[in-house]
This record gives sequence, C-alpha cells and structure tokens, in this order.
Amino acid sequence: MAAFIVRMGPLLVLWLAVFLSGTWAVDRGNFKTCDQSAFCKRQRALKPGQSPYRALLETLELTNTKLTLQLINDNNKVRLLLELYRLQGNMTRVKINELKPLKPRFEVPDVLINDPPTEPLSLLSQDENGVVLSLGADSQWLIVSAKPFRLDIMEGREVLLSLNSRGLLAFEHLRIRKDTISYKIKNKVYSAWENIKWVFSSQVDPEGAEKKEETDAANEPAEGETAKEDGMWEETFKSHTDNKPNGPSSISLDFSLPGVEHVYGIPEHADSLKLKTTDGGDPYRLFNLDVFQYELFNPMALYGAIPVMLSHSAQRTMGIFWLNAAETWVDISSNTAGKVRHTHTHTHLVNMEGYNYVQGSSETPQTDVRWISESGIIDVFIMLGPTPTDVFSQYASLTGTQAFPPLSALAYHQCRWNYNDQEDVAAVDQGFDEHDIPYDFIWLDIEHTDGKRYFTWDPHKFPQPKDMLQGLMDKRRKMVTIVDPHIKVDSSYKIHNEIRSKGFYVKNKDGGDYEGWCWPGNSGYPDFTNPEMRAWWASMFAYDQYAGSMENMYTWNDMNEPSVFNGPEVTMHKDALHGNWENRDLHNLYGLYVQMATAEGLIERSGGVERPFVLTRAFFAGSQRYGAVWTGDNTAEWEHLKISIPMCLSLGLVGVSFCGADVGGFFKSPSTELLVRWYQTGAYQPFFRAHAHLDTPRREPWLFGPENTALIREAVRQRYALLPYWYQLFYHAHHSGQPVMRPLWVEYPQDTATFSMDDQFLLGRDLLVHPVTEEGGRGVTAYLPGKGEVWFDVHTFQKHNGAQNLYIPVTISSIPVFQRGGSIIPRKARVRRSSSCMEHDPYTLFVALSPKRFAQGELYIDDGHTFNFDKQKQFIHRRLSFANKALSSRNLAPGSQFITPSWIEKIVILGASKPSKATLKTPDGKENLLEFEFDASMSVLTLRKPGVNAGVDWTVVLQ
Amino acid sequence: MSCALLLLLTSLALAMGTGAAVEIQRPRGVPQSKRQFYEENKPFTCLDGSSTIPFDRVNDDYCDCRDGSDEPGTAACPNGSFHCSNAGFRPAFIPSSRINDGICDCCDTTDEYNSGATCQNTCREMGRKERESLQIMAEITKEGFLLKQQLIHEAKRGQEDKQVKGSGGKVEALRTVKETAEDPEKGAKERHLKSWEEQKELIRMEKDKTRMAEAFLELDDDSDGYVSVAELQSHLELDPDSDGSLTETETQGLLGGEGKVDTSTFETVWSIIKDQYLSEGLLDPPAPVETPQEEQSRDFVSDHDSDHYPEDYAGEEEDVEDDEEDDHEEEEEKVPPTVQTPEKRGDDELSMPPYDTETQSLIDAAQKARDDFDEAERALREVDNQMKNLEKEIGFDFGPSAEFAYLYSQCYELSTSEYIYRLCPFNRVSQKPKFGGSETNLGLWGQWAGPEDNLYSMMKYDHGQGCWQGPNRSTTVKLTCGKETVVTSTSEPSRCEYLMEFTTPAVCQEPASLDEVLHGHTEL
Repeated sequence: MAAFIVRMGPLLVLWLAVFLSGTWAVDRGNFKTCDQSAFCKRQRALKPGQSPYRALLETLELTNTKLTLQLINDNNKVRLLLELYRLQGNMTRVKINELKPLKPRFEVPDVLINDPPTEPLSLLSQDENGVVLSLGADSQWLIVSAKPFRLDIMEGREVLLSLNSRGLLAFEHLRIRKDTISYKIKNKVYSAWENIKWVFSSQVDPEGAEKKEETDAANEPAEGETAKEDGMWEETFKSHTDNKPNGPSSISLDFSLPGVEHVYGIPEHADSLKLKTTDGGDPYRLFNLDVFQYELFNPMALYGAIPVMLSHSAQRTMGIFWLNAAETWVDISSNTAGKVRHTHTHTHLVNMEGYNYVQGSSETPQTDVRWISESGIIDVFIMLGPTPTDVFSQYASLTGTQAFPPLSALAYHQCRWNYNDQEDVAAVDQGFDEHDIPYDFIWLDIEHTDGKRYFTWDPHKFPQPKDMLQGLMDKRRKMVTIVDPHIKVDSSYKIHNEIRSKGFYVKNKDGGDYEGWCWPGNSGYPDFTNPEMRAWWASMFAYDQYAGSMENMYTWNDMNEPSVFNGPEVTMHKDALHGNWENRDLHNLYGLYVQMATAEGLIERSGGVERPFVLTRAFFAGSQRYGAVWTGDNTAEWEHLKISIPMCLSLGLVGVSFCGADVGGFFKSPSTELLVRWYQTGAYQPFFRAHAHLDTPRREPWLFGPENTALIREAVRQRYALLPYWYQLFYHAHHSGQPVMRPLWVEYPQDTATFSMDDQFLLGRDLLVHPVTEEGGRGVTAYLPGKGEVWFDVHTFQKHNGAQNLYIPVTISSIPVFQRGGSIIPRKARVRRSSSCMEHDPYTLFVALSPKRFAQGELYIDDGHTFNFDKQKQFIHRRLSFANKALSSRNLAPGSQFITPSWIEKIVILGASKPSKATLKTPDGKENLLEFEFDASMSVLTLRKPGVNAGVDWTVVLQ
Repeated sequence: MSCALLLLLTSLALAMGTGAAVEIQRPRGVPQSKRQFYEENKPFTCLDGSSTIPFDRVNDDYCDCRDGSDEPGTAACPNGSFHCSNAGFRPAFIPSSRINDGICDCCDTTDEYNSGATCQNTCREMGRKERESLQIMAEITKEGFLLKQQLIHEAKRGQEDKQVKGSGGKVEALRTVKETAEDPEKGAKERHLKSWEEQKELIRMEKDKTRMAEAFLELDDDSDGYVSVAELQSHLELDPDSDGSLTETETQGLLGGEGKVDTSTFETVWSIIKDQYLSEGLLDPPAPVETPQEEQSRDFVSDHDSDHYPEDYAGEEEDVEDDEEDDHEEEEEKVPPTVQTPEKRGDDELSMPPYDTETQSLIDAAQKARDDFDEAERALREVDNQMKNLEKEIGFDFGPSAEFAYLYSQCYELSTSEYIYRLCPFNRVSQKPKFGGSETNLGLWGQWAGPEDNLYSMMKYDHGQGCWQGPNRSTTVKLTCGKETVVTSTSEPSRCEYLMEFTTPAVCQEPASLDEVLHGHTEL
C-alpha cells in the first residue's frame, strides 16, 4: 500500500482520505443537490400557472423553413425570439433565445450531424389568441397560444404534447451586474423596489410593472443585494467559489404529455428503466461527474449525460431532445403516480375557429416534465414517433448512429487495474489458452504509463511494448491502453510541452492554463472543444508518434468528465474557459470531444481504412458515433449487477448501443457466484468486459476452481457463438439507429405489462434474455411477450407460448435465453480462442418457426474491421426466410459485393415437423438431397451440412 | 444413392472453396493408440458408441459424434481434440478449435493445413532445446538431489545430537557422585561446626568474665572492693523504667537489694546489667541514626515502584516486533538500586578456625562433585532450552525427511530496483525500500501450500501488515529445484498478495535416468 500511495502523490492521498474515509458508498456531501445549485433552486422555486410570457403575434414571420415569433416577459419586458421548425421525419424543433442578448449565448455545436432538413410549415389560421399551423403529416397541427405563450402539438383532436402548459418557461436574460457601486449610483431610484424583485417573477406588482415599462430590455432593472443570496453572480459550494462574470443565465421549459405514464432515457443515472417522478426529491441531474462509489436508485448525476427523454404509451412513442450541454436538471411529475393530484389545473381550452380541444381531463393520465439548464439556449427537438422505431430513426437522423465497431470489440475483453508488466500480460494471455477460454482484448490501465504520462510506457514494466503487442497479434488478439485527457504538468513531457506551447490547454478565469489534480498530480486539461486541439490530439495516435503502438492497439478514454480531484464536485471549475466559452456552457460536451478526437486519431493512423475502437466513460448526445460506453466504477454487489440492465437499456434508447458494465464489479471483490452470474449476464450485454480495482484480489476466470472456470468458459463461449448475430445487430444500430439491447416495450409497444420491465431485455427483436441476478437464485420468472407467439429456449429448444409469465428453474449454469418463434439467428458453433480465429468458420442457422410456420432473419458478413463495408460496399447482407416449407437466402444489398469462404454448416429448425426429404437448390440449378435428423420430442429438425457458401442464393425445400 | 449424394456434396463443397474435403490416408489427428478404431472403408463407430457412421464421414468437417471422435482432424466438433505427433519433439493433443485457426500450435505444423498460416516445422529445434534444458535440469536435479541427501543426513544428525545432549543420563550420574561425596562432607562439616560452637561458647564465657572484672574495677570508683549504689547510679543506661533517672531504689534493686556488692555477688548483678552496661569511656549516648535511615530507604523503594508502572505500560504499547529488545531493557531497569543498610559487625564476631585437614579434604571432594554437578545441571538447562526450541522447531513441518530444516533460522534476500525482499523460511517475509523507509511485513509463516500431490512445492506466509482498505499482506513462495538456495524473483500479482520464487535443493526429486527423461514420451 505504501507503494500505492507513493505512486499517487501526496495530494491524492489527501483526496482519497477525504473520499474513502471508511465508507463504501458515495459521499453525497461532495455533490450538489438542487438546493445547492443556485440556478436549480431559483428555477424550482417558481410555481406553475403564472407564466409571464406572451407571444407577440404581430412579429410572426413564416418562411419556407421556419416560423419566427417574438415572446415578451410581461414582468421585465425582455423579449425572446422563438424559432419553430418542422423537420423531415416527423419532428418539430423549438428554439428560444433572447431577442437581443448582451452577448451571444452558447449553442451546442458538433452534436447534430447536419443542419436538420426542414419541411415547410403552413399557416392554417390566426386570430388574436394564437396561430394554428399544419405540421404536414397525419393531420398534425401546431397551435401557438399567445397569452400566456404556449405550444400544443396535436394529432387530430388529440394533444400529443404541450410546451409551457404549466407556465414554467423561464429565461434568465443576460444582464449587467447591478450590485456594483457604479451601477447602484446610476440606478439609485429603483433600487428599493428592485431589491425584492425576482428575475422572472410572476408576482406582478402594478406599480413596478409601470415603472418597468419605462426601462428598456437592455438596461434591465437590478436584482440588488439579493443577487448574492440567489447565487446569481457568485456561488460557493464547499470550499469552491464559482465566479459568474456573466451572471444568471439559466433557462427552463415545461412539457406536458397527456396520456403518458411512462418516460425513459436521460442517462446516465443508476436508476430503474422507467423514470420516477421527482416530486418531493431532487430532479434527475445531468452533469458529467466522476462519482466515487455511486449509489443506486437515485437521480444523482453520473459520468455522462444524454438529454433525451422518451415517452411511451400503448398509443404512441415520442421523444424530447433538449440540446443543451450545461448542467441540467429534469423534474418529472405525474397525475397518476401515487395518485397525487397536482394543485394546478391541466385543463386548457383554446377556442379558435375550427379547432376546439380539451386537454388534460382528470381521467387522462398525464406526465409533466420540466427541463432546467444553467446556460445556453432552449433548443428542443420533439420527435413525434409514433412508433419506438420511428423515434430511434428520428433521433439518429439528428445525432447520428452507433459507430460500427470492429467485430472483435464485440467479443470478450479482459481488463484489470492493472496488468502489472509484460510478463503478467503474457501469463494472462497464456492462462486463457490453458483454460480454453476465448478472449479478444487485454487492457492496460493507468499503471502501464511512465508516471501517468499518457502515450508513454513504464520503462521497467513495459520495456518492449511492441514485442508484447506482436505476441498478442500472433494469437490474433488485441490490446487497449488507457489515454486520459488530464496531462501531467511536467516540462520534460513532450505532450504537455506541445499543448502548452500551442496554447491548447483550458484556461482558468484569469487566463492562465487551468490546472487541477488527477492521477499524475498537477495536470492540465487540453481544450478538446477546439478543433485544432482535436486535430493535434488525433495526430498523436500516429504509429510514429505514439511510441510502442501497433495496429492491434486501441484506446480507452477514462476520467473525461473531466475528473479533477480537487475541483468542485470533483470536476472542472465552471468558470474555466474554453476559448470564449465557460465550462459552465459546455461542460457535458467535454467527454464527447475527447472520444471524438481519439477515435479520429485511430482512424487517421490507418489512413482512414480501419474502424476505431474507443471506450469512454463520459458522454453526451452524439457520443454513440465514436465508440463504446461503460457504466463506470460500479461495485461487486448483486444490486450493481441488476442495475447494469436498466442502465444499458436507458443508454440504448437514446442512441448508445455499445454499452456495458464492469463484469464482476469494479470496487470490492465479488463472491464466486456473483462473478459467475455477472459473466453470464455480461455475455448477453453489448460491451462485455471484466474489470477490477487495483486493491481487489485477482479474478481471472480460472482462479475459482475447475467448476467455476467451466461455468465462465461456457458463458464466454455462448457469447462467441452468437457473435454473428451481435455483429448484425450492430450493423443495424449503425445503419438505422435501432438499439441493440432493447426493453421489451420497444418490440411490444401495446403490451402494458412490459412497460416497466428492466430485469430482462431483448437483443434485437429475436432474443429474450432474463439473466439470473439473484444470489442463490433457484428460478426466474421471465415474461414471454406476444399473444399468439411462441418462444424457444435456446439451450433445450423447448417451446413456450407468448404472453405469459414463465417460471424457469435455474442452476448455477443456467442463462435463460429464448429465441422468438418466427426468427432465424446465425451462429458460429466453432468457438475458438479469439473472434479473429473464427472469421472464416461456417455458420449454423437456428430457424425458430412461428405458429404459422414462418420465420425470417438476416445474415451480415464483412471483413470485420475496415470501413470497406461503407466506402466500397464490401459486405454480404442476406435475407433468410422460411415460408411454405422452404428456407431461402436472398440478397438484401444488390449493390454490395464481398467474398466469404464461410459456408452453411448446419440448419436447425425449431418447431418443425418431420419432412420426407430435404432438398438444397443452388444457383447453378443443382439440387441435392440433404440428410437430416429429427427429434420428435422437441420437434427439432437438423439439416446436415448443406455446405453451401454463405454469400450465395440458395433454397432448402422440405417435403 | 446416399453415397453418390455425398460425393455430390463434397464436390459442391469443393466448388465453393470450403476445404471441407480432406484427403485421408490415415485419419488426421488420430493418435497411434487409437488408430485401430479408424479402419478405412469400414463404418466408424463413435468412440463413445453413440452412433455409427460411414467412414467417409470421418474428418469430413461435420460433427456427427457427440464425443467429437469422428472429427479428430478438423475443427468441426466443439469438444474434439487433435493429436500432433511432433516428430523430433513431444507429441501433443490440442483442442480441435485450434485446427486451422491461423495460429501454429503444433511444432510439426499439422494443425494448420488449410488456414493459409505459414508455419515452420520447429519440432527438431524445440526437441533440441528441450533436450538441452532437460539436460541442464537433469544435472541440476542430480546435484540438487545429492545436496538434498546431504541435507537430510545433516538434519538427522542434528536431531540425534540434540537427543544425546538431551538424554540427561550424565546429569544423573553426576548427581549420584555429588551426593556420595556430599555425605561424608556433611558429617565432617557438622562435627567441625559442633566443636567450633563449643569452643565459641568457652571463648564467649572467658570474654564475659574479663568484661565483668573490667566493669567491677571501673565501677568500684573508691577501689574498696565493693560496688556501691552511688557508684552504679551514674550509669543511666541501666535505668529499668528508662525515665532518664536512675533512683537509689532502682539501683539498689539492680544490686539485689544490697547497698554494695563484692566481686562474687557482682557476678549475679553482671548477669543482669551486662547487656545494657556501657563502659564509661563510651558513656555519651549514641546518635539515633537508624530510624531516619530506614524511612529513607522505604521512600526510595516506593518511588521506584511508582516510577516503574508507567514504563511497563509504555512498553506494552510498543510494536510487538520490538518486544524482545524491550524485555532486556526492562529486566535491567527492574533491578532496584542496592540500598546500603549498614551492617553491624559486632566486635565480638569471631571467625571460625580452618577445618582440620581431614574435614577439608572431604569438603574439597564434595565441592568438586558439586561443581561438576552444577556444570552438568547448567548444561542440562541449556539442553532444556534447546529442547524447547527444538520442540518449537519440531512443530514445523520440515518436510518428509526434514530436508527443509536447514532453512530454519536462515534468511535470504533479493534486491529489485525498488525494494529488498527478505525471506526467512518458517518465520517471515518482508520488504524494505532500497532508498529509505521502513520495513513492511509481507507475511508470517503459515503453512505448506502446494497441491495435494506436491505439498512441499509452495509455502504460504500470511497475516502480514494490513493493506489500506484491503486484506493483510500475504506471500506465496514457490519452491523449485536448484543447487543453490536463493530467492530468484518476487512479484505482486494482486494487490498485497506477493509471489516469491525460491530455489533449493530440498525440493529436488530423485532424477530419473536422463534417457528416460529424453525419450520417455517420444512417440513417432
């Protein structure tokens, strides 16, 4: 331990002493509650139903692409500019900014993949109460009500969603500081009145209102002495003071969702899939933080933030994308949750020519959501669905899709803080072969570097990194090394010197390089928001720059919230400067940029040929484009195993499919049973990596006796056999934004029984997984959805009816997984020591027949690691379908071409009847009889060795 | 029909470039020992008997047998294994999944016949290397084993030695000699003492008479041959009620009621007063010094006691490891400073005259016997201590033939770039930073921890210094055969769990003949 402490430096020890002192749980006192975050407290103090905002209909302008309209705050006469866009693909964008801000407010760049294409809006009617616009599709209207300002999106006579229906639109305009002496002298007259005034107060004082009429928006009334108390110009948390030269700048808007009882998304939180109401507690917080030993089932912020919420009912799925990268809080309330009625009324009547509607009658369930952000503008995308698939496509059209990972990245990863040296790496590699357990990646955490100087190697422990990498390459395996964004301040460190000399570091409020403490001790933080910085960073991954790197070495970005051990809430000071912008404005974007620059570096080093693989801890909307995400530093406890399911499901719903949790749990040491169960669960989650804390005993899979080694081996082998299906799911995620790991309701949107389920999940639509996550579990009750559908146990081939709760007795070797009747899943039965070794192996097709004796599936094949699938259309994508007693393979992508040596080894048809013969027809017109076996007890037909190449057309006819 | 179909299939597979067809002369991947089960052109029965298939389905790249026995030479069966003969080296079985996986596993390259991997046949080279290293190992083992025999021998002799020393027979013999010699000595000494006591009594009487005569003369101030009341009254020390004055009546009482006594009557008076009587030359009363002196010494003792307690207390708080040293210090401190109590040496103290020669010779003989006995007893105590240590030692398992006994109370060090590691077998393992800093206990002797069939191949030291937020440090020591006893490496594979490699002749096994080693497993 002494050595450990020496390695970390004295200040860190202090930090650890403070953070770790005796407890195995998060120190909540290190993180703000809404009450401790001045803007959240101010905003949350607002009461609904008193909106001071009015639409100035006379300012309405409608062009081909957008509608603009001014809003006025009747209390302070500050004008806002509303922009409304109808976007292609059934989306509406609402942007609200100050009409004339003192200086520009931050608008989030680099998250949208393009300027979203618009569709024309048309004006249907207008009167003094408001405006009705046609949204084009499906008789959808948008109603703009003038006083108070409000937006309603309708379909027919049904309200889909309302904005500012509760009057919680609140826009703290930028202002000149009022409590300075010069200002006080200038504004003496008004000071007494202003002292008691709220920024966006709805307490209308007739006298004050008159006075305010006289002032103009640019020369705004003062807040006076109360400002300090409200934390508008300065705020202190623990020992940290946040100077706010720009003053208050927060924004808020409420959304009402009639008919909705279920909302999801807004990761990252260690909470259930279905979001809870936040009445009486803190709102869900979105603020990228390094939370030491996070607690479960609460709305505290974690490492990443994706401000996207999905709403779902049996009728419709929608999404709200709040494009803001500042600290954000989300309040959720419901008129049905706990049957507590809200005091304010939901009834709203607009009576305009031809458009009468009533919303929010007391019988209708309704969910109300309120977003609060510290700065920036309101820029919200309303994704109108109506199906879950539509919402995924809509969101993907805005922020892009999941990066298509190299196939091997979907295989098993072996990680530990730390593999000590080259010999250790070689021994672990050898251990996997000795115990015949496949793996593709071995990982090196921070200790592999020379004194936590990233891009370097410890000269004693890793003197010959290329030898080590070559050794792995000889086994067709790979490595990941960690590259964190904090850079050791050390004049003998090339990376530091270059960043400093190029002025690429984030600056502190006084203009000097911002410095904070992290693993290496005193560290600088490169300004990844600067494209030049990112280009330079990317260039550091070139083989001639990153000494000791090779093409089978990939990257892990940790601590990129960023983590600053001695910063407020263990992160960067909000008044730190990224160019002209404060960290306050873009905090949640930092991690995305780190991963973006790193992924770009890996692409560039291969001349744009190879797909990158980068794991990140911090993320934002759009991070899916750059690689994988994991749920950070979890704990070896059963509850943490369970929470891995809703955490990854939530991420999948908002674009990030490549998600996983540390198998075994990072902190503490898992019991053998927990470790085995975690392998079994992790084998069926997208990112499958075992990881462990430095202080925990070793836990390579073979260290727990032969029985447990066998159990873990079997779980890992199941993963490898299923890699063709995983790869195909990721192709789809990349292609169309559909999540890989899905809540059941995504595929069964009308089955209300599924809406809150998060102890089981679907992979694609065809595999249902209910891992055993209970200690000493003797059985699980899985819900098999779909009335009239059937599901097949993938291990026993036993058939079960859909729409039932099925009790499954389990043993320690059980991983309950079911294949949907009506699907075809390709596998590779020859599991080898790495996925690369299996590249040319033949396929086994598992055809699970529906009750109507139908099934459909796909087969996707490419080289597994380059962009040629995209740039040169080098891939095979085939439709496999079984109908009318014939199974056929047809080309789904006629423009593509790829040659594979892989062939069809075996076809297993579940729920089949015994044919008299089976004939294989190939494109050359040949017909061959296939031998088969039929298991009457399970109705399983196995066709022996069709032998046909996986890339060609063929048909098997059963007679 | 079926045959034709298979042919068709095979040709189809070939046409598709699958490499499914394998030219079989002798079934690929079958070890010599199982060759008999793979008889060409006869139906093949899976080795588990589960089914029988046409022979052309052996190694046809499709798994027909549950036990994988039909595909010894392809990767088709998930549970199969492939035999490489590795001519020139050792034959081996590898999992079927390693056939044609692009990685050369068999040194004879036979596992990669269709993967495009370019493998070199390295069997001869590997065989040569193995033979070389086996040879070296065999030499080490041979020498090591000899050393081990020596160690066993030494351990045995050591034990015998200790047993002889510890027999106690010599002490008993000496005790008899001593006691035999002591008997006459005792008699002679007693006789001598008795006559000396008689003599002493005579001398005392003589001396008393002399003192009485002197006192009479001294008291008879007027030299009238009588001691009168007045003459005696000046001797206040004789005051029977100690009230400071000797009255006439009191004095008269001392003189037996007479007014004066003559020399013969004085004898009786003398016998009463002689103990109190002070010669007139010393008549000044002595200073009362004894009482304060006693008080002083009591005070000193109590001071010392009160001083000592806190020291004891402080001692307990100190690190256990330092206890031994502390004990010595304390023992010294515990001895109180000698208090000088003045010993009254009476003037009348007489020294005994030397023994007569006969007695003296008896005494000398006895003294010799006593000295011999004492020496023997001291030796016995020493042996007893040794026995106690030995018992402690015997508590250790020094291996089947005590071959590890030589490691006891030894320490071995290894210096790395950062630390000096120290292994004291059967005691403790520690680590000390090279450039300053305190020593860390990496574990105390726990037990032998090798696998069941080789228990003495590993030692476990545990309950070392606790780790911050972690377990106590522990060390596993792996023992391998070597000519020298030396720590060869240390590592910390898991936080606070250390691994040490240690060579010693004590684990060397009886070497098989080199021929056996080199050719034992070779199969062609």
